[in-house]
Amino acid sequence: MSRPKLGQSVRRSRWSHFTAQNVPSLLALLILIATLVFYAVLFSTSLGRLPGNFELTSTTNNAMPLVFSAVGQTIVFLSRGIDLSVGGMMDISNSLAATRMGGSPGSMVLWSIIILLVGAAGGLINGLLVALGRLQPILVTLATLSIFQGVAIKVLPQPGGKVPTGYTDFLTNPGHPWALIFIGLLVLFWLAFRRTAFGVAIYAVGNDEESARANGIRVVRTRVGAYVVGGMFAAAAGLFLAATTTSGDATAGDSYTLTSIAAAFLGGTTIFGGRGSALGSIAGALVLSILISVLFFAGINQLYEDFYQGLFLVLAVALSALVGYFLRRKK
Amino acid sequence: MTGADGTERSSPIIEAVGVSKSFGAVRALSEASFGAGAGEVHGLVGENGAGKSTLIKILSGVLRPDSGEIRVEGQRVELSSPQAAQALGIRTVFQELTLLPWMTVAENLLIRREPKGFGPLLRRREMSSRAEEMLASLGIENIDPLELVANLPLDQRQIVEIVRTVTREPKILFLDEPTSSLAMREVEWLFGLLNQMRGEGRCIVFTSHRWREVESVADRITIFRDGRHVETHAEIDEDHAVTLMTGRKVETMYPELPPADDEEVALEVRNLGGGSLSDISFSLHKGEILGVGGLEGQGQRDLFLALFGAGEKSEGDILIDGKPARIRNPNDAIRAKLGIALVPEDRKSEGLLLPMSVRDNLTLPVMKLFSAGGVIRSRREMRLVQQMVERLQIRLRGSEQAVATLSGGNQQKVLVGRWLLADSRILLLYDVTRGVDVATKHDIYELMLALISEGRSILFYSSDTEEVAHLSHRVLVMREGRINAELKGSEIDAESIVTAALREEDVPA
Repeated sequence: MSRPKLGQSVRRSRWSHFTAQNVPSLLALLILIATLVFYAVLFSTSLGRLPGNFELTSTTNNAMPLVFSAVGQTIVFLSRGIDLSVGGMMDISNSLAATRMGGSPGSMVLWSIIILLVGAAGGLINGLLVALGRLQPILVTLATLSIFQGVAIKVLPQPGGKVPTGYTDFLTNPGHPWALIFIGLLVLFWLAFRRTAFGVAIYAVGNDEESARANGIRVVRTRVGAYVVGGMFAAAAGLFLAATTTSGDATAGDSYTLTSIAAAFLGGTTIFGGRGSALGSIAGALVLSILISVLFFAGINQLYEDFYQGLFLVLAVALSALVGYFLRRKK
Repeated sequence: MTGADGTERSSPIIEAVGVSKSFGAVRALSEASFGAGAGEVHGLVGENGAGKSTLIKILSGVLRPDSGEIRVEGQRVELSSPQAAQALGIRTVFQELTLLPWMTVAENLLIRREPKGFGPLLRRREMSSRAEEMLASLGIENIDPLELVANLPLDQRQIVEIVRTVTREPKILFLDEPTSSLAMREVEWLFGLLNQMRGEGRCIVFTSHRWREVESVADRITIFRDGRHVETHAEIDEDHAVTLMTGRKVETMYPELPPADDEEVALEVRNLGGGSLSDISFSLHKGEILGVGGLEGQGQRDLFLALFGAGEKSEGDILIDGKPARIRNPNDAIRAKLGIALVPEDRKSEGLLLPMSVRDNLTLPVMKLFSAGGVIRSRREMRLVQQMVERLQIRLRGSEQAVATLSGGNQQKVLVGRWLLADSRILLLYDVTRGVDVATKHDIYELMLALISEGRSILFYSSDTEEVAHLSHRVLVMREGRINAELKGSEIDAESIVTAALREEDVPA
């Protein structure tokens, strides 16, 4: 008895699927390009020349903390969580780097590793409370945000301390845009991460926890893992913050909780989990960083910076939703 | 205990002996026994709540029994987790799909067994060709492995779920209601697959509410009622089976349809088009059930959604009581003036708030009825809810019970009840009996008759053509988004509907 066949073959190209499934990330890339162009135009009209090496270097260096914190936030988002403690962890990382790190390469490497492990430990606390304790992520990380901020104040009660010059030169060299290499490495990291069993598991858990469990995915382990990796990225972001500012401040990281969330949103990752990409978030983080320079050259009073950032964010997210709506209508 | 006709097979490969399971005060299984052998397709039938799904969950390691034992190949086993069951070669397609919506078909098919590449990395590119092979080997060509599951229609999702389970080479395969969302062709495909697996010596147990399906493919049929094993037979006719399932005699499946003599038109549709629909015109009278038939996927769904304002932008006119009506969204349709209500087949995603109580679900759109100054007067609300529960014979423990814990048929009744409270006069019933047990189907039929006797009108689509034939005053047969034929009175039977559905359009242009 021959079995009946089902349907005719309908296949779209790999490229067509890729674009359809990555609309938000691609859109973030387009917004990045548009922002860059806008920036270049404003810059050249006000200064009479095109932005050069100096501008590229300082913009990249200033963007690095946000880029790293946004990637960490994205990984937590993808597991259908949220990490409000990012800012607190950056405070700890920043304070430790400014007070403990010595000028020798050995000390720099050792303290970098220790600080990343502290980030992992913080993430582990978040993850265990969320996944095992079954507490709301927003509540848990709001609490640990305050706790981490307190720890940072204990480490560095007064702004100060000093980050070794060699460290600054390595992470955020003031003379050359070498930090771009780290962005390249982040992209490579993400492409690989997406192809690991752990990466797939994070997406699966974010899609549907019950289904993931039914498919043999270890849900608790995966969710805890997402917070641990997220914590490490926050710690890394704190190191970059310390390197660019060359000194320590136990409150310097605070603003990154919200901006990392904004960058992830701008990159098209949703808070509902399972959808999005860190590549979009990297683009989103760069956009938000460049926006500050754009506002500067547009002659906007610095006091209104937040206002315009918020306005821009709403418009960008609305645009993304609109594009998605029209694409769906077209089908 | 095997059946009276003594179809003794080789010893069962999987067996439940005296298994009991309670959820709180509800006894889902009591001293139930069941057995199925290798190389056998075994049908498991019974009403909703008879304990079939609970039994399958226990035999799949999802639930632990309170007492009783489970044997696999004669050995007593503890199925402490789904993984433990899977290690013994037991695989299950559950009623609730376990697909990951925002991942591709390929990712879903290959999750946890992705092709490995360098170091810890998976070969994503190879996944789509691997998935393509899996689908092709089972004769499926219309599912693109790179498509997101969320973009697939319900029937194709079910097929992906089946493919994923079947390609894991189960020794014992459970399928809980695998056909409820499948079209006829797809059911044939599935049964072809089951036949092949039987030939390979595998054991297959499946449940279905469609008797003809069970009869056509099952070697043996086991009937469950009230959490107990009733009988197992190799041959059993439908009437006898229904009697065993319900514990009472169902003389006629379908109630007598009273004549519709009201000439007053409740709803008139003129040249409705847009989306998959084109040039649809008809009128629905007061106190009438107007059936919508045809093969699946011929635009019936779009028609219902368009009338409820939930579809794509459409052209043409809709008249209610002779007056043109603008229905741009469901809110327009629900409004008392128009009074159009949709009861969809996908209860979970289209209408019910599953974690909320029966009371909330019933009264949500009609809060105004018993609110004073924005404050709900709960005594009046409770009275209305009680009346509705009684009238619809919704089986529940209490009105605060979460809708999620009700059986499918009872969920459907809650939806109907909601629109009765809202006093909707035109009810769009879209495949409401899909996946619903015999007794509840009967309740729904009776309810439909009660509704039209109050002068309400019903537009009725069902994937079961017999149902449309027996319960409609007139039938519109759809084909490719158009009305291909209209059948009246004695012209209506299942055969004429199918004939009309297949006929190429021969209407003069």
